[in-house]
Amino acid sequence: MSATVSTPGSVGGGIGRKTGSLHKERRWALVSAYVFLVVFAVLFLAPPVYMFITSFKGSAEVANLQGSPWMIRNPTLENYTAILGDRMFLRFFLNSAIITALVVFITMVVSTLAAFALARMRFWGSQVLATGVFLTYLVPETLLFIPLYQIVGGLGLLNSIWGLVLVYPTLTVPFCTWIMIGYFASIPKELDEAALIDGANWMQMLTRIFIPVAMPGIIAATIFAFTVSWAAFVYPTAFVTTPDAMPLTIGVVSQLVRADTFAWGQIMAGSLLAALPPVVIYALLMDYYIAGLTAGATKG
Amino acid sequence: MAQVSLRKIVKEYEGGVQAVKGIDLDIADHEFVVLVGPSGCGKSTTLRMIAGLEEISSGEVSIGGAVVNDIPPRDRDIAMVFQNYALYPHMSVYDNMAFGLMLRKFDKGEIRRRVENAARILDIGELLARKPKALSGGQRQRVAMGRAIVRDPKVFLFDEPLSNLDAKLRVQMRTEIKKVHQAVRTTTVYVTHDQVEAMTLADRVVVMNGGIIEQVGPPQELYHHPATRFVAGFIGSPAMNFLPARLENGAGALRLNLPDGIVLPVPAERTNRYAPHAGKEVLLGLRPEHLTDARGENRPGVSSFQAVPEVVEPMGMETLVHFKMHGAEICARFNPDAPAEPGRGIAMSADLNQMHLIEPASGRVL
Repeated sequence: MSATVSTPGSVGGGIGRKTGSLHKERRWALVSAYVFLVVFAVLFLAPPVYMFITSFKGSAEVANLQGSPWMIRNPTLENYTAILGDRMFLRFFLNSAIITALVVFITMVVSTLAAFALARMRFWGSQVLATGVFLTYLVPETLLFIPLYQIVGGLGLLNSIWGLVLVYPTLTVPFCTWIMIGYFASIPKELDEAALIDGANWMQMLTRIFIPVAMPGIIAATIFAFTVSWAAFVYPTAFVTTPDAMPLTIGVVSQLVRADTFAWGQIMAGSLLAALPPVVIYALLMDYYIAGLTAGATKG
Repeated sequence: MAQVSLRKIVKEYEGGVQAVKGIDLDIADHEFVVLVGPSGCGKSTTLRMIAGLEEISSGEVSIGGAVVNDIPPRDRDIAMVFQNYALYPHMSVYDNMAFGLMLRKFDKGEIRRRVENAARILDIGELLARKPKALSGGQRQRVAMGRAIVRDPKVFLFDEPLSNLDAKLRVQMRTEIKKVHQAVRTTTVYVTHDQVEAMTLADRVVVMNGGIIEQVGPPQELYHHPATRFVAGFIGSPAMNFLPARLENGAGALRLNLPDGIVLPVPAERTNRYAPHAGKEVLLGLRPEHLTDARGENRPGVSSFQAVPEVVEPMGMETLVHFKMHGAEICARFNPDAPAEPGRGIAMSADLNQMHLIEPASGRVL
C-alpha cells in the first residue's frame, strides 16, 4: 500500500511546482501587459505632447529644423494670447458649445425614449427596429454627407449652426440608443412590474425608476454624444464655409492656414484648447463612463 | 370583500403552447391559498394573470366580484412580492415603501403613518433610511413585504418570495409571513415549488401540474387523502413510496401480491372500498412513516416483511432507511434507536391502514 501513496514530500513538491508555474505565468502576463501598455501609451500620447510642446514655441523656432523638435528653447505664450485675443476663435468656441449642448440634449431625449420603448415595451417589430437603429450607426458619415447636403441645402440651413444641430443627431442617436437599450435591458424586469403594480404609468416608470437606475448608462451616452458632436469634422467641412457658423474643429484649421502658410504654433494652441472640454468631462465622469459601457456585459 | 375567482383561465403562448389549461379556482376573503407544483406547472403564470402582468388568453379573473381581465395592474388593488425582491435600488427603504402611496397622491402624514406601521409589524423601523444594497437578503424581503402591506390592498400576491434565501432564513421568514397574514388578514395567493412552504403556510393548497389543478384542499387533507398519484408523490418529504401490486380476492378477504412474493392483507375496513377493483394491477402508495421497523408492531392492518437496507441516514430525531423492492427505491422512517445497518436484513412493518391504492393508467387514487 505504501507504494501507491505519495509521500508528503512529493505532494508538497508537486504543489510547489504548480504554484511556481502559476507565479511565473502571472509574471509573464504582467510583463507583456506592461510592454503593450507602454507602447500604446507612447503612440497615443506622442501627438498631444508634441502639440503641447509646439504650442509654446514661436514661429521662428517652429520653422527652425536644427535640434530636437521635442525641446522648447524659447518658451512663449504668444500663440495662446493671439488665439484667445482673436474674436473669431471665441466665435468658433461658442458655436461648438451651442451646437454640442443642443445636440446632446436632443440626442439624450430621443435615445432615452427610444431605448426605453425598444427595451421594455413589447410591440410588434420592436426587435427589428432595435437592430435597424444600430445598423444606421454603421453607415459612415463620409457616405451620408452627400444626400444630407441636399437635405440641409433644401432646408436653407447651409452655413448655419442649425444645419449642424439637425444632422449631428444622425451620428449620435443610433449609438446612444444602442447603449441605452443594453443598459435598460440589464435592469430586472420585476422592477418595472413592481412599479406597474405600485401604480406607475409608463412615463412615471421611465422618469422615476429607469432614468435614476440607468444613470451610469445615461452618462456614458451623454459623454459619447458630447465627444462626437464636439469633434465632428466631416459634416461641418461639407455644410459650413462661412467663418461665423464654423465650429472649432474646422475653424482652427481653416482660419489658421492661409494658402500655404501654416500658423503651426497657433494651430497647436487652438487644438489643445479645443480638446480641453472633452478631457475635463472624461476626467470627471470616467468611472460612470466605464460602468455604463460594461453594464450590459456583466449584468444578466 | 376580496374574493378571487378564476373561471376557465387559459394562457396560451405563441406557437400554441398552453401554460395554463382552463383552471377554475375560488379563493375566499381573508384566505391564504398556496399554488404549488413543479417548474413549468403554470403556477407563476396563474399568479401573474391575477396580477395583470400576463394577458389572459381566455377565461375570467375576478377580484372582489369584479372581472379584471382588462384592468391594468395598478387599478386591480393588488400588491405583489417578487422572488428577487424588486426593490428600487436608488430609493431608501422608506421611499421604496412609500412609492406606491406617493403615486396614488396620498397625504404625506398618512404615508408616514402607514410606512411606520408596516415597519413596526416587520421590525424594520431602524432600516428606513438605508438603501437596498445595504440590507441583507432577509431584510430586503421584509421591505418588499412592507411595500405590499402599506398599500392595504385587496389581495397580496407572493411569487416564490423565499426562494433566494438560505434554508435557515427561509424558515424564519415563513413564520414572519404567517404572522403578517394573521395580523392583516388580507386575501393572499402565494406561489412556491416548495411543498413544505405550501403545507406550513396555506389555509388551502392548490397543487398544479402541467397547467391544470390536480387537487385543492387544506394541507392535512392533501397529505392524508391525495386524489392523484401526482399529489401523493409531490406532497410529503421524503416522498411517498410506490410499489406495483396486484389486488386479489382470496378466501373472502382482499390481499395485495407484491412482485417479490410478499403478500399483504388489505385491512378489513378497506375491503368494501377496494372490492370492485379486485383482480386488477394497482400501485401501492405508502408514506415512509408508515414503513417502520417491526419491533413491537402487532396492530391489525400492520404486516411485516424482510428487507435489506442499502443506505441508512440517521437524522437525529429519526433514521431514514433506503432499500430496494423489485427495482423500486423505497424509503422507510425508523426510530433513531432501531438497529438498521446497510446490508443486514431487518424485519419491517407496513401500516396498511394508511395505504393508498392507485389506478396506474389514470393515476387516480382509489
